[in-house]
Amino acid sequence: MPPIEDADIAIIGAGVMGLALAYNLAAPAGRKSRAPRIVVVDGHYLAWGASGRNGGGVRQQWSTEMNVRLMQESMDICAHFAKQMRINVWMRRGGYLFLAGTQAAARRLERNVAVQNRCGLPTQMIAPEEARALVPELAIERTVAACYNPTDGIVFPWPFLWGYAHAAAKQGVAIHTSTPVTAIERRGGRAGAGFRITTPAGAFTAERIVCAAGAWSPGVARLVGASLPNRPQRHEILSTEPLKPFLKPMVTVSETGLYVSQSLRGELVGGISMPDHDDDAGEVRLGSRLAFTTTMARALCELMPVLGHVKVVRQWAGPYDLSPDGDPIVGELPDVPGFHVMCGFRGHGFMMAPVVARHFASALRGGAPHAFLTAWNPARFASGAPPRTGGETMFIG
Amino acid sequence: MAGKVILCRCEDVTAADVEHAVRLGYVDIEEVKRYTGFGTGPCQGKECLRAVVTAIAAAAGRGAGGQKADAPAPFTSRPPLVPTELAVLAGAGTAPPSRRR
Repeated sequence: MPPIEDADIAIIGAGVMGLALAYNLAAPAGRKSRAPRIVVVDGHYLAWGASGRNGGGVRQQWSTEMNVRLMQESMDICAHFAKQMRINVWMRRGGYLFLAGTQAAARRLERNVAVQNRCGLPTQMIAPEEARALVPELAIERTVAACYNPTDGIVFPWPFLWGYAHAAAKQGVAIHTSTPVTAIERRGGRAGAGFRITTPAGAFTAERIVCAAGAWSPGVARLVGASLPNRPQRHEILSTEPLKPFLKPMVTVSETGLYVSQSLRGELVGGISMPDHDDDAGEVRLGSRLAFTTTMARALCELMPVLGHVKVVRQWAGPYDLSPDGDPIVGELPDVPGFHVMCGFRGHGFMMAPVVARHFASALRGGAPHAFLTAWNPARFASGAPPRTGGETMFIG
Repeated sequence: MAGKVILCRCEDVTAADVEHAVRLGYVDIEEVKRYTGFGTGPCQGKECLRAVVTAIAAAAGRGAGGQKADAPAPFTSRPPLVPTELAVLAGAGTAPPSRRR
């Protein structure tokens, strides 16, 4: 293994968050400031973690204005990503269709649609029959109302990692995969003097650290004696044999948490909330369970009865990274100066990474902080801070 | 020639595709699977795994400074064992199958 260079900023985790942050941090600066030296380390290969295990949905339909606007910007980055990074990301903008099975769920969608319209998003509430006009295979007996935004879409997640990794490397970022961090010391034994990071490939120093390890972040934070409040939750997903293109939007069902889309490869890809979603005792677990496959199969056959003869080809699992109030955790830990986190994205980090990384990188380089850096600040979990509820309600899975 | 040698028939992955992945530094079998898509089709690698492992080892061992692939190991196998209809899975776990298929 090659030795690891000392860095201004070390990023732990080469998922989409860490790589997108590295890319944005290393972007050529103006003449006056030099770009910081960035090292990214990861214990596994690219796409091993949740960035390689998610459903690839990119949507702008959220319930808070901040998230809608963030995702509008993220969608814009995604739409230009293939051309800019010269890599095919298999993006298809067929929209997102949310189905509500109860009046209460329909009212929530209505409220969210109003927020989205204020942000300029063309989301519309539609009747069940209109939903079936979009997806003729739908059984709509249990649908009360739906909303549809035609500008949402799906991507194939993996090329985003390669795209960001190659572009970051071109800008001088050193990316070390298969390089787990085994210890972190504060240099000089005091706060604010930087860190010494140990890996099997050797040790290196960094003025600052950003932990972008998703559901594995609490384990990284423990290395500096910090305790993060997030916990992992296993979510499973399956993929079918490829079919002729027939399903335009990503379809989601409020009551079950089911989501399913058809990728540009033709496969149906989807998951569902599981009643036995366990806490996994704080450990990330990635095993596949038959209970998921059968639950998902029943829900899919109910949603689109014509799918009965479609074959499931593979299933896998990945961790959602849950924070206590549902909002992400982004910023410097109050007790460990120089140690930053960007985690807690609750299964929706992939679609948010392009925009979150852009603004977080700007702030780390001294730019004006985006509003999310206040809302998602880790200090809100400091002892004595009043418990708070995150504003976002539009989660899937 | 390598561009015409199909190693993974489900996903049309050629020997040249594998060599390209290795040139970019993707030498772990899981990385090559992700970068080329080999083994993610209906056969789930049952036909192509050996051929691709051999190609990775050959490509990774070649050239000055080329990284040697680690001892080849199969990638994580994913359920179901064979492609299975949703209707069959939907019936599983609720009642015994009415007949063998």
